[in-house]
Amino acid sequence: MAENHPVGFQWVMEAKERGAKLIHVDPRFTRTSAMADLHVPIRAGSDIAFLGGIVNYILENGREFRDYVVPYTNAAVIVNEDFADTEDLDGMFSGWDPEAGAYDPASWQYEGMTSKSASGGRPGAGGRAGGEASHGAHGAGLSSGQSPSTDPTLEHPRCVFQLLKRHFARYTPEMVERICGVPADQLIEVAESMCLNSGRERTTAFAYAVGWTQHTVGAQYIRTAAIIQLLLGNMGRMGGGILALRGHASIQGSTDIPTLYNLLPGYLPMPQAEGHENLDAYIAEHRPPGGFWGNTSAYMVSLLKAWFGDAATEENDYCFGHLPRLTGDHSHYATSFEMRDGKVDGYFVMGQNPVVGTANSKLHRLALAELKWLVVREFNETETAAFWYDSPEIDSGENSPETIGTEVFFMPAAAHTEKGGTFTNTQRLLQWHHKAIEPKDDCRSELWFMYHLGRRIREKLADSQDPRDLPVLDLTWDYPVEGPRDEPDAEAVLKEISGYGVADRGALSSYMELRDDGSTASGCWIYCGAYADEVNQTARRKPGQDQTWVAPEWAWAWPLNRRILYNRASADPEGRPWSERKRLVWWDEEAERWTGHDIPDFEATKRPDYVPPDGAKAQDALRGDDPFIMQADGVGWLFVPSGLKDGPLPTHYEPMESPVANPLYRQQVSPTREQFVRPDNAYNPIADQRGAEAFPYVMTTYRLTEHHTAGGMSRTLPFLAELQPEMFCEVSPELAAERELEHGGWATVVTMRQAIEARVMVTERMTPQDIDGQRIHTIGLPYHWGARGEVTGDSANELLSIVLDANTHIGEYKAATCDIRPGRRPRGQARLDLVDSYRAQTGDRAGPA
Amino acid sequence: MSAPEVTVIDTPAWAGSYGDEVKPRVGFFTDTSICIGCKACEVACKEWNHVPATEYEFTGHSYDNTGDLGSDTWRHVAFVEQRVPVGGVAEGAPDSFVAEAHRQEILQRSGIEAERDGEGLRWLMASDVCKHCTHAACLEVCPTGALFRTEFGTVVVQQDVCNGCGYCVPACPFGVLDRREGDGRVWKCTLCYDRIGDGLEPACAQACPTNSIQFGEHDELRARARERVDRLQADGLAEARLYGEDPGDGVGGAGAFFLLLDEPEVYGLPPDPVDTTRDLGEMWKAAGLAAGAIAAGALAVFAGSSR
Amino acid sequence: MSSGDPGTSRGVTAISPDAAHANGRGRMTDKADFRSYYGRPIIKEPVWTWEIPWYFFTGGLTGASSALAAGARIAGHETLARRATLTALAMTLVNPVLLISDLGRPARFLNMLRMFKVTSPMSVGSWVLSAHGGTATLAGLSELTGRAPRTGVASDLAAGALGTVLATYTALLVSDTAVPAWHEARIELPFIFAGGAMASAGAAAAIVTPVAQAEPARRLTVLGAVLELGAAQVMERRLGELAEPYEQGTVAKLKWAALGLTAGGATCVALAGRRSRAAAVLGGALTLAGAACERWTIFKAGFVSARDPKYTVKPQRRRMEERAASDGARPVGPSRSGAEERPGTGTSADGAGHGEGRAG
Repeated sequence: MAENHPVGFQWVMEAKERGAKLIHVDPRFTRTSAMADLHVPIRAGSDIAFLGGIVNYILENGREFRDYVVPYTNAAVIVNEDFADTEDLDGMFSGWDPEAGAYDPASWQYEGMTSKSASGGRPGAGGRAGGEASHGAHGAGLSSGQSPSTDPTLEHPRCVFQLLKRHFARYTPEMVERICGVPADQLIEVAESMCLNSGRERTTAFAYAVGWTQHTVGAQYIRTAAIIQLLLGNMGRMGGGILALRGHASIQGSTDIPTLYNLLPGYLPMPQAEGHENLDAYIAEHRPPGGFWGNTSAYMVSLLKAWFGDAATEENDYCFGHLPRLTGDHSHYATSFEMRDGKVDGYFVMGQNPVVGTANSKLHRLALAELKWLVVREFNETETAAFWYDSPEIDSGENSPETIGTEVFFMPAAAHTEKGGTFTNTQRLLQWHHKAIEPKDDCRSELWFMYHLGRRIREKLADSQDPRDLPVLDLTWDYPVEGPRDEPDAEAVLKEISGYGVADRGALSSYMELRDDGSTASGCWIYCGAYADEVNQTARRKPGQDQTWVAPEWAWAWPLNRRILYNRASADPEGRPWSERKRLVWWDEEAERWTGHDIPDFEATKRPDYVPPDGAKAQDALRGDDPFIMQADGVGWLFVPSGLKDGPLPTHYEPMESPVANPLYRQQVSPTREQFVRPDNAYNPIADQRGAEAFPYVMTTYRLTEHHTAGGMSRTLPFLAELQPEMFCEVSPELAAERELEHGGWATVVTMRQAIEARVMVTERMTPQDIDGQRIHTIGLPYHWGARGEVTGDSANELLSIVLDANTHIGEYKAATCDIRPGRRPRGQARLDLVDSYRAQTGDRAGPA
Repeated sequence: MSAPEVTVIDTPAWAGSYGDEVKPRVGFFTDTSICIGCKACEVACKEWNHVPATEYEFTGHSYDNTGDLGSDTWRHVAFVEQRVPVGGVAEGAPDSFVAEAHRQEILQRSGIEAERDGEGLRWLMASDVCKHCTHAACLEVCPTGALFRTEFGTVVVQQDVCNGCGYCVPACPFGVLDRREGDGRVWKCTLCYDRIGDGLEPACAQACPTNSIQFGEHDELRARARERVDRLQADGLAEARLYGEDPGDGVGGAGAFFLLLDEPEVYGLPPDPVDTTRDLGEMWKAAGLAAGAIAAGALAVFAGSSR
Repeated sequence: MSSGDPGTSRGVTAISPDAAHANGRGRMTDKADFRSYYGRPIIKEPVWTWEIPWYFFTGGLTGASSALAAGARIAGHETLARRATLTALAMTLVNPVLLISDLGRPARFLNMLRMFKVTSPMSVGSWVLSAHGGTATLAGLSELTGRAPRTGVASDLAAGALGTVLATYTALLVSDTAVPAWHEARIELPFIFAGGAMASAGAAAAIVTPVAQAEPARRLTVLGAVLELGAAQVMERRLGELAEPYEQGTVAKLKWAALGLTAGGATCVALAGRRSRAAAVLGGALTLAGAACERWTIFKAGFVSARDPKYTVKPQRRRMEERAASDGARPVGPSRSGAEERPGTGTSADGAGHGEGRAG
């Protein structure tokens, strides 16, 4: 965190000043480790085993916070008797369909029930959600009147608690040492620290970033942490929780108002081509009966009204039919492969540099060469913009500007100081930033670009009768513009996102005001209230010292400015704080409402002893002691019956490329990983596959404080370029000796995809480990460099293959294998020959089973 | 423990020159124990002062590619990777939770070895800067008066006076000053003279996210620093020490002083810096005698010789 | 563990990648006798270039020549006086050019005269240079033109007096810095420079003066050579560890050259030069070369001592240890609140009266 969120890290330092202990778990010893009380060097890709070891420790020693676990999690729920665990099936769960290459979650369901996960949950790309729409909430039953079976004593062999225990039974400290390279007593140190620091009086927090998400099992990493935090009672509590450190330039915002293909604003699912013929079908599939997702129709209709305005009426399903539909995986990676295969005509690349920033750089360059047209909006001509004349393929002769048919448009972009708008990053906080200066010359903001592009397209299509053009023509596209360049008013956009009443255009204050009858409009239901009272709430800047420690008047957090999610859980089922020391929100019996330091993440007047009547819907179906209001049953899920493609419980699998055979199970790699088996994405062989010994080392990629992502904004600035001028690799002294690498010299790193060169930094901060009897070395590679800028170098992403977590379509950047040799890499054709010489050793195998 | 007494050092600002305009002395307390090595200070300083970028060089010196202070580097972050002994986990940092686990018989039951004699890693990070010495050698040897003492007690180079004689360069015991290539003049940290006059803090102090760089009135900073170092030592960090804080040191104490976690030379700082003009009396005496020797010689050689 | 032990590192092992890992083996063990930051220099070496040691040389030559001229005037040795005066004039025209061209901003050389600062040998020296330059020029012009003889003589005398300072202040210039080999030789350097100046002036005069009138010049050559070389020996002895730069590489070569040229030249001047003008010229030239070499030796030795941090760290550590020993129980090292603070006078154990009567 000190490396990549140094400004945020000041709060960690502040906490340390007040006596907090900092534990840093990371394959490398970084600037964060330098400040930590304890650094745990873990083998890259083995965190589920480590976290599972903590779960094991908690359960084996009875350290769970029972008073929290029983009412607030699904620990007591009894699971279907058809369920079989990875312990039974040597690394697989029940329900695997080898033909589909996916799990059928039917056997994972609660006994006697089918539940939907909170925001829908389609198991496979392009697949359909299974099962009937049935009830899954506490207290309310099936159509036949049954509720899920539970055992509050947590003894029933098929209750979630016992399943959890059994699932993690072999994740002992010794096993953790074997898998992760973390000494057993260090695991105990961490686990015991957490246990002692959790409960009524104390809380413990996790903070993570892409070190957890960029794995084929990334979602399950976070799941394991969620299990720990639920068992220890840390969710919804101050000083607790799991903090996703989102990236700087509004990456939280980029999933809230998404740039992701499979989400609509506010995490509504994108409609499918199959099965979502109309709005009702969509709602029926995605709306669980319980929890706030029960209001899906209100959120969806309000969104459609924001987008299509008066054109959206009840008769035409509020223009639901205008929305694009998914036919499969349209993620960045899948699209890149399609592009490579000549199936994509055009591409807008805005504020991203995939040639450097995305795994398998060469694939992206070859893909770009197949486009008809490419538009790049950037401050400077990045590697992506210049691919057609400045790239390894040009150097090697594989491609040339004469033969690349792509028409490239390079449009200058305005910087963040030259435009107004919000950032939403960590803590779901929307902070407005003001325009300080006009952009120079032709530089324009994204808002200007998209708005005026849309305006011009609409002008061209104005007289069209083609139904295909209607979606564009029906859009509300009328922001006020100002200034010499007709810059759209960003505050107007914010108000539209926050929401307004259609009749009077008055700003809405809460998503509870949203309706599905077309009377409300809101571009993103979770942001509803960001413009409450016609005030730009995100621009509020009351200094911290002038308000409470929660600081609710600094900017605005979604939802409804609640700063800690699920904070109902900071009080016991009766509504009393777990302790005075950790008092956050509580039930005020006199005033008959919830109150506290934070805005309660709960209906203000719902009594703690509220029991939902039969037939209650959405949030009314949740009890007064169900804190997890977005869940269908209002409790935290230790066991996830549906919603995740790779299993209801986290399981240690090795990364796609690993020199280690999975010590726990026969199943080596996550069976649901999304892989692309093609020659231009060849995977390194592993374990006993032919040629595995060609890539004996673990490789991990990461960031440095001095540079920013793909380097377009830092390698082009002399003051930053000089801080870290050259691409380098970090190796331990032992590895340097083994491979004759010289500190300060050069090394070449090779995978099946590419060979790159880097300066050598020999450092004890990289620790060799003993993993299951093998000496494992890790090579660290910062990924910021590319061919263009003040300082240049080879890109780490040249080396990586594309293999994804099936739930999130996030790539495995954090653990792979490679070889390393002293000296600079060859140039031109010789570079290709070097890679081929490795491929030859493997028989060009395409991937593990 | 009551706050330690701090004797205020009279400001070195020339009372004769400034009269009523003398301001309370200001300076930096750089607490390197909370430096996270982010280098925001280096960049903020360059941006505010339009200091040029230096050569791009991968030094291999941990994460320090800047090297040292100079005409084009006024804040320099040092990185030192060290192995430090860890006396077994059980007796390590206070509140060892393994001890707790032991007490709860967990370790016993599992038969796991808790004592680990090994070595841990330490990564020292420190942002260096011009010390703005109370007795500043650079100022004292400057023949043009380009270097002067401001009303805040800081030391600043006047760029319209400096003729680049370079005398201050080897005079500084800390190696702070240098002549800028292509420009001919000497440049160094001004303690943001153009900011502090307007009530702002220096750019580096403002940018530092963890408040490792603290700006303020000098005596306040010293008091704070003493409390801090006492606390760290009480917490078991015996090596924590202040550097440049003692007015009895060879430069009369520094306007910009530090809390270090190891010996100064480990960070590239002189262990016992001295203002060279301290020995001026001696030096002029020797020069005087030597000059006298020439005079005597030039006369004596004529004794008893024909014209 | 004692926090007071100077140089105690609590077993902390610095990891210096280039030293330790050049061959990828292991890590540096802890028993180097000093610690540094990757072996980087602590102080900055001077930015001065070749003009400066030549300035030392010409400054010594012109200054001591003026002194010799003055002595000759007083003693009535007119021929010698004339030669020495004109030598001084010639060098005085060269001197400032060398100095000015070494400036970063030569056009601003007059800024040297904005003030007169006793703590800055360069400030004092600029004034002395100007004053000597003026008087030596007057004396020289008078000598050349034969006009204003009384002014000329007065100027000779003034230039002579100023010249003694001109010839020796340059030693102060280098010793009033943090450069270890220079600062620690601050007592001896003025005498080396004085000796060199005298030898140079004597040698130059012996070259341009007929043998019969050059006896005092020859004496001055020998006197200067003895003083120069003697003081240099004393310096190296007293420098101890800091004499190391004089024993290695280019500096050592220059040093031996200086020794040989000066000794040989002075001997030649003294013995053969009293009979043969040619020998006087040869010996004089060798002596001049020797004096120049000596300046270069010292100049370069300073740079060597500035570059290696050990020359800064080790003597300072020793000094701290000595202070601690002489102070008895007073610990050196991490400062604790209230422990060593003595207000006002800023007394430190180095006892040099630091903090009182500050100049500047």
